[in-house]
Amino acid sequence: MIHSLFLVNSSGDIFLEKHWKSVVSRSVCDYFFEAQERASEPENVPPVIPTPHHYLISVLRHRIYFVAVIQSEVPPLFVIEFLHRVVDTFQDYFGVCTEAAIKDNVVVVYELLEEMLDNGFPLATESNILKELIKPPTILRTVVNTITGSTNVGEQLPTGQLSVVPWRRTGVKYTNNEAYFDVVEEIDAIIDKSGSTITAEIQGVIDACVKLTGMPDLTLSFMNPRLLDDVSFHPCVRFKRWEAERILSFIPPDGNFRLLSYHVSSQNLVAIPVYVKHNITFREGSSQGRFELTLGPKQTMGKGVEAVLVNSQLPRGVLNTNLNPSQGTYTFDPVTKLLTWDVGKINPQKLPSLKGSMSLQAGASKPDENPTINIQFKIQQSALSGLKVNRLDMYGEKYKPFKGIKYMTKAGKFQVRT
Amino acid sequence: MLCFHVCAGEIFELKAELNSDKKEKKKEAVKKVIASMTVGKDVSALFPDVVNCMQTDNLELKKLVYLYLMNYAKSQPDMAIMAVNTFVKDCEDPNPLIRALAVRTMGCIRVDKITEYLCEPLRKCLKDEDPYVRKTAAVCVAKLHDINAQLVEDQGFLDTLKDLISDSNPMVVANAVAALSEIAESHPNSNLLDLNPQSINKLLTALNECTEWGQIFILDCLANYAPRDDRESQSICERVTPRLSHANSAVVLSAVKVLMKFMEMLPKDLDYYGTLLKKLAPPLVTLLSAEPELQYVALRNINLIVQKRPEILKHEMKVFFVKYNDPIYVKLEKLDIMIRLASQANIAQVLAELKEYATEVDVDFVRKAVRAIGRCAIKVEQSAERCVSTLLDLIQTKVNYVVQEAIVVIKDIFRKYPNKYESVIATLCENLDSLDEPEARAAMIWIVGEYAERIDNADELLESFLEGFHDESTQVQLQLLTAIVKLFLKKPTETQELVQQVLSLATQDSDNPDLRDRGYIYWRLLSTDPVAAKEVVLAEKPLISEETDLIEPTLLEELICHIGTLASVYHKPPSAFVEGSRGVMHKRLPARTGSPDVGTIAGGSGTETAPSIIPSQGDLLGDLLNLDLAPPTTTGPPPPTSGMQMGGMDLLGGGLDSLVGSPMPPRHASGLVPWHSSVDDLCPQVWLPAMKAKGLEISGTFARRAGVIQMELTLTNKAMSVMTDFAIQFNRNSFGLAPAGPLQVLSPLSPNQTIEVSLPLSTVGPVMKMEPLNNLQVAVKNNIDVFYFSCQYPISMLFVEDGKMERQVFLATWKDIPNENESQFQIKDCHLNSDAASNKLQASNIFTIAKRTVEGQDMLYMSIKLSNGIWVLAELRVQTGNPNYTVSTEDGWGTTGGAVDSPSCVYVVCGSCYEV
Repeated sequence: MIHSLFLVNSSGDIFLEKHWKSVVSRSVCDYFFEAQERASEPENVPPVIPTPHHYLISVLRHRIYFVAVIQSEVPPLFVIEFLHRVVDTFQDYFGVCTEAAIKDNVVVVYELLEEMLDNGFPLATESNILKELIKPPTILRTVVNTITGSTNVGEQLPTGQLSVVPWRRTGVKYTNNEAYFDVVEEIDAIIDKSGSTITAEIQGVIDACVKLTGMPDLTLSFMNPRLLDDVSFHPCVRFKRWEAERILSFIPPDGNFRLLSYHVSSQNLVAIPVYVKHNITFREGSSQGRFELTLGPKQTMGKGVEAVLVNSQLPRGVLNTNLNPSQGTYTFDPVTKLLTWDVGKINPQKLPSLKGSMSLQAGASKPDENPTINIQFKIQQSALSGLKVNRLDMYGEKYKPFKGIKYMTKAGKFQVRT
Repeated sequence: MLCFHVCAGEIFELKAELNSDKKEKKKEAVKKVIASMTVGKDVSALFPDVVNCMQTDNLELKKLVYLYLMNYAKSQPDMAIMAVNTFVKDCEDPNPLIRALAVRTMGCIRVDKITEYLCEPLRKCLKDEDPYVRKTAAVCVAKLHDINAQLVEDQGFLDTLKDLISDSNPMVVANAVAALSEIAESHPNSNLLDLNPQSINKLLTALNECTEWGQIFILDCLANYAPRDDRESQSICERVTPRLSHANSAVVLSAVKVLMKFMEMLPKDLDYYGTLLKKLAPPLVTLLSAEPELQYVALRNINLIVQKRPEILKHEMKVFFVKYNDPIYVKLEKLDIMIRLASQANIAQVLAELKEYATEVDVDFVRKAVRAIGRCAIKVEQSAERCVSTLLDLIQTKVNYVVQEAIVVIKDIFRKYPNKYESVIATLCENLDSLDEPEARAAMIWIVGEYAERIDNADELLESFLEGFHDESTQVQLQLLTAIVKLFLKKPTETQELVQQVLSLATQDSDNPDLRDRGYIYWRLLSTDPVAAKEVVLAEKPLISEETDLIEPTLLEELICHIGTLASVYHKPPSAFVEGSRGVMHKRLPARTGSPDVGTIAGGSGTETAPSIIPSQGDLLGDLLNLDLAPPTTTGPPPPTSGMQMGGMDLLGGGLDSLVGSPMPPRHASGLVPWHSSVDDLCPQVWLPAMKAKGLEISGTFARRAGVIQMELTLTNKAMSVMTDFAIQFNRNSFGLAPAGPLQVLSPLSPNQTIEVSLPLSTVGPVMKMEPLNNLQVAVKNNIDVFYFSCQYPISMLFVEDGKMERQVFLATWKDIPNENESQFQIKDCHLNSDAASNKLQASNIFTIAKRTVEGQDMLYMSIKLSNGIWVLAELRVQTGNPNYTVSTEDGWGTTGGAVDSPSCVYVVCGSCYEV
């Protein structure tokens, strides 16, 4: 099982270590540092590194490497999932997961890690339970604690820990009972030079914020549940009911949680919401290149495309650019060769464009690779797959809760090849 | 771990605060201490002061002190004893949280002295009324076992832990399974997790109710179970399938493992089988939308899954298309899977993608993409033309490393489809100058040599390489030599000078023995018999195989059983891991069984049991033969090293096996029978009973005839239906035995028919040390299924005909062999004189090199050569009139640099020659 954990920052310093069994020397991380040096980019460090006596399994998040040390055969996914859970918990507790935040809260971090694993076996990883055991630090609580001398460690056995619904504590009380659901879809796509779609798929999630008194039992039904053939559920969802009736039936955890994530694969037709016209050319023997980019909306179901951001890694040979955006601002970093264009909203009447020239190294041959254009955008009030919630019902409690559903579409990895 | 020193002042200050009367101050001080500890500062000097803070009713303070204790108890064992009382008291606390915390912390204090005090509280906590305490105590058993395994066994904690598998609370069950699995890892044969239908049912019930982590433990445990029949298999699959929709990817992958393993037992025509296949695809695809680290592990596993069952993901090619900002380790894995999934249906798409990748920035990735195009051409014949034209397009880009990779793969395409794409050679030749990597140069030279007759200026091209001959790498030199010889044979008139030049460069000016040897061979061939030279050098080459990079089937099966583990990430069997190897058992996919009465399959959880050919009368046999073989009676100095002794025992084991296999000739038979003829007389043994192979019975024996090892098989069809499509395959074995041809069963085998087949064996197959050494694992396939069995071949099969050593060499070698490699034993009751013995032995390729008579004793010096080139030297002492022989053997592994396992061979040899 998980033996130890080392937290390593981007400059290669270990700034926190935790051992769940015997102490493993820090020097084991040298193997990790070697791999880190070999990797061209920080994210290219391989996630599983063998050493003579241990295995190092790492994840990179928020520019911090979380390196777990294991000694015997442990499923690597188990370790990776757990590490991501640790990061999520830190983020949940401290708002951000940075080296500074972890250092400021080092004792809470230690307490959390101790609660999360016992002898390398996961113990309590549900944020609801952890928060009952160790209260998150807030400015107010720090002040109150100092005055009253009370602690931020729970004295009681977390009630959820052993019940049939371990994700929910008992005795929840709210004056305003509310249940909100966000349907968020991210579209991943690769568009080729000529504008035709190579792959397009949708990763969707339904995130919930449920603040309901008592033990509510909810059912959520969809207008078009057939869309959901590839789903992963929060443990609270009754799988049998879904299999039989295509209805989500569950006792929700208290607070924020991800109810389900789904995947609409490339087998189905996925509408592409924006199109890109581009003309990026370099001529042999000339030290200039042309750059033209125009964006426009496509199948957006009448909703506006907002928060559009374009970036592209231009070839190494490009020295500088001289471009004119019709709207928004653009920057080009001559060191990293990263071009960023903050477009904002797309106005269908007046399409945003970015045109101009690139200057190349004099005398150098024309670059071999074609830049790929990465696009981010948001479309409010619409889920690209067309998924629609039909109704939400509550059983088991008497009161009438406020209910709300929000839809949103975002670009995930949306790439246009040129 | 300690990189910092805390200055004395700081320690002093903390000490004062820790001893403060104010609770709040104390707590803050402990926090400071912990903070220092976490960054690796040494605060162990404060041990007594911190432990003093332990007796408190403040839970947070208690927890903090516990944290400190766990970290430092090891370095301060005497101090740690002070904490014991508080622990014992806390284990009785009315608050279950405190009881659990105490038992948890005690287990983390890795001090031997403390463990004794831990036993009583732990026993109580294992039976605690509160499940939270019980589940914590379960894990504590695993901790304790890690510190003192004996203590855990003596105290009976393992049994209590086993009882917890039937606990009413699913979390307790999951933790008990986890703890037992961890303990079982260090005790591979302890049979701790005794799985039976009842316990499986309990696990499946707990599976639905426990946490995601508990589900992983339970699923991994389930995967070790061997269901009795297909119905049980199906019902487990049905109950595991919902786990595929879990949000935790580790749960999903563990469920995939269970399903992949158990579906092996389901009949393929079952509707459920098809349903299950369909259900497996979406979760695997979903794993690819997770974080890159998860994707990587998922991809490595998918790589195995698509090799085992390509049908699952055959429509999902697109999800493996590479995004330009994927980390490189994800890109390379995706590429690999794309090739595995490439088929005629999707090849156009794949090629377009690969071409796109070949223009990316990352050099490693680009190279692999170009290679991938070549692999597609070899895999999908219809696409070859398109692949070649894609490669030509890439060569036109003139990007140096792209061109070089392209040439390397085009060479492979030529070897797969000879005389088809030679029109591109002209384009290739244009790029000759830009090639600077040995592999690409060698590939280009090969192409020029192979097609010399179609390239007008082939001689000029090759000559240009010849100028810097000595600066080239060996690979290029060898290729150049061969290419020029080919050229000469094709165009002898113009190239005489060139060939002479290269031959002299290779034979006279080179230090490389490989190169010199090849040069001399060509030289002699060309000068003695040009026609023969043509036949040899320009012989038709075998086509290269379609998929050279597939994982070997038995390894693949084992890896499928280990989906989701490190083994599946490295594509190596768990036994190949340094640390893990102690506890690993080889896992096999279960075979399909129709009905429960066949009995449990040996596969599944345990090692494959070979049909036992060693009946227990082994001892009896020894008596009968009056061969004092086990243990060897050593006359003279006993073997000096115990390792040697062990080897000897093994060997004798091997020798006895072959003895047992043979019929028992009467003891008074007239002298020695040459071993190989006695093998011919062996009654075949039943290797695979019809019961285990759906009616196919295989019996057989081995023989060596005219220098070829033959496996004599008798196949009997005891089933009701006709059997066809026979094929045979061997697992890797100690001497690299492999079938030299297909199994010749030409006509279908009708019910109750028996045929005898003789299968010639080669010794050039892959090598892996087996236990026992002469063990051979065989897979036989027919139209019904694949069956596995293992058998043992007499080691004397491997004695080659040219095993006679030159006298001088023998003498020198005998002297050179260190004494530790020598061992002796006696063979009793052999009424033969030395000459007769020598003649008999010669027939089994045991050659007498010299004979000497000293004081009425005949000393025979003999040599044996094994098929893998290991020499064994023996001295046989025969005293006239005394029926007892003394054999002392030395083996030449020290000199031949051969395998370490050779000492074992020695004994078998000497045992078996006196077998009669």
